Amino acid sequence: MKALTTEQIRAVIARGKLKDSLFQAVGILCLAIGLLVILLLVGDMLLRGLDRLSPDFFTNFASRRAAQSGILSAWVGTILVMFVTAMAAVPLGVAAGIYLEEYARRNWVTEIIEINITNLAAVPSIVYGLLSLGIFVYAFGFGQSILSAGLTLALLILPIVIVSTREAIRAIPAMIREGSMAVGATRWQTCRYHIIPYAMPGILTGVIIGLARAIGETAPIITIGALTFIAFLPPAPFSTTGEGTAGLFDWVMSPFTVMPIQIFNWTSRPDPAFEINAAAAGFVLMAMVLSMNALAIWLRYRLRKNIKW
Amino acid sequence: MLLSEKKELKEIPQLKAEARDLNFFYSEVQALKGINMPIYDKKVTALIGPSGCGKSTFLRSFNRMHDLYPGNRYEGEIRFFPDNTNLLSPEVDPIEVRMRVGMVFQKPNPFPKTIFENVAYGLRVRGEKNRRVLDDKVEHALKGAAIWNEVKDRLQDLAPNLSGGQQQRLCIARALATDPELLLFDEPTSALDPIATGAIEELVHELKQRVTILIVTHNMQQAARVSDYTAYMYLGEMIEFGKTDDIFIKPQDKRTEDYITGRLS
Repeated sequence: MKALTTEQIRAVIARGKLKDSLFQAVGILCLAIGLLVILLLVGDMLLRGLDRLSPDFFTNFASRRAAQSGILSAWVGTILVMFVTAMAAVPLGVAAGIYLEEYARRNWVTEIIEINITNLAAVPSIVYGLLSLGIFVYAFGFGQSILSAGLTLALLILPIVIVSTREAIRAIPAMIREGSMAVGATRWQTCRYHIIPYAMPGILTGVIIGLARAIGETAPIITIGALTFIAFLPPAPFSTTGEGTAGLFDWVMSPFTVMPIQIFNWTSRPDPAFEINAAAAGFVLMAMVLSMNALAIWLRYRLRKNIKW
Repeated sequence: MLLSEKKELKEIPQLKAEARDLNFFYSEVQALKGINMPIYDKKVTALIGPSGCGKSTFLRSFNRMHDLYPGNRYEGEIRFFPDNTNLLSPEVDPIEVRMRVGMVFQKPNPFPKTIFENVAYGLRVRGEKNRRVLDDKVEHALKGAAIWNEVKDRLQDLAPNLSGGQQQRLCIARALATDPELLLFDEPTSALDPIATGAIEELVHELKQRVTILIVTHNMQQAARVSDYTAYMYLGEMIEFGKTDDIFIKPQDKRTEDYITGRLS
């Protein structure tokens, strides 16, 4: 083959660059469609619900009159359920992830466990609801409580926490592990001083992504029987109730409702005024999810700053 | 006894360790083949040979690093003196071995922690909590690794912010802090510039007053500069072992000669 002339080389480059810019345009278009849809949805909800977004909306219980109806029990319930979810899913998921990465021998048992963890992430959430109805609500007798809901959602996000823990651990270079073992550390000392601290940014990100998924879950919460209309808050620790002073953890056994259920309830009312409430609550829920994601990004940035190799 | 005789006696090297018929397997692949070699106390022994000849594999047998990965298998013995322990025996805990045998890696691998914590880590692993003892030993180790003057005012800075050469000396300090009997160096200067390399070589030379050193190097000049004994390895076999001067001036084996003169690399 004869060498190309300068003109021919330029023509080849021009053809290549045309495809470059073509793909760039398509990419930007795809990105814009995705972003635009979200912006439209959130914007639409905000515009429709704007009338209801006042401090009263956050401090009122649900009511028969749309204008006086608020989301107090729903946002408190959501936060409490998320707290229980995190308390249950983080230790379980992180411990499982560390075990699989640092301790488990590679054999067919771990293969099966790994495949099953991947499968767990794909189980429809309603199935978790049915499982929890049988186990937590009835068998363990936790009833239709914050505890049952929190544990249900913990099961739901457990695979996410395990997978992100393992990925964070895998990102730690082998030479760090070897450096620790080489001075005579045990595996647990290596985990305690190195693996867990260095994996923490990734683990936290995974936990928050998991919680952001759990916060919007409706089906399993309905299955275990969250109330749709609730005009009281769970007993605060050491507060005085009708039956005396509440204990530190009495609230976990309390009936509850959460944001998505409140929204679902309002959209199913015949009175169109409740649609405004639903839109406003939807916007608040979106804001909660986005601020959790923002927290994840900030934490990752803060914690990663001091970790480099 | 005459002074000259005393000196003569001191020159007879004592055994610190000895590999006996050592075979090593990565799963089915045999990486070391029947290696017999002495390691003399308070001397520097260099392992040289072309890439893939098994010198790093051999080195990492001395602190049972291979035990971290599944499928690896040793045959034979590495006797460790004065107690005549077989380092490779399944009854000997690899953690016990690593408590006695320190290691410095090819690429500096400081932990993303403070300079102080990097050096104190080996002591913490051994359960040392007394702040005074930690302070003393960290300072002593940093001085031993010839880096104290550069870092004494910033012990709380993060170690990865040091330069590559400083990081490697910090890693040496980390290994020294726990007073190992044998110190393994796995191509410690291959990631460093010539000036940092010079500093490490000088350090190795000083350290042999205190500790026995086994060093893998791909750099023959380095082996000639720092070591008392040299072993040439090829395809998993120990081809020749002897005093460094003898190996470099009058090698007995044709293959050693070819490698040293650059006909084989």
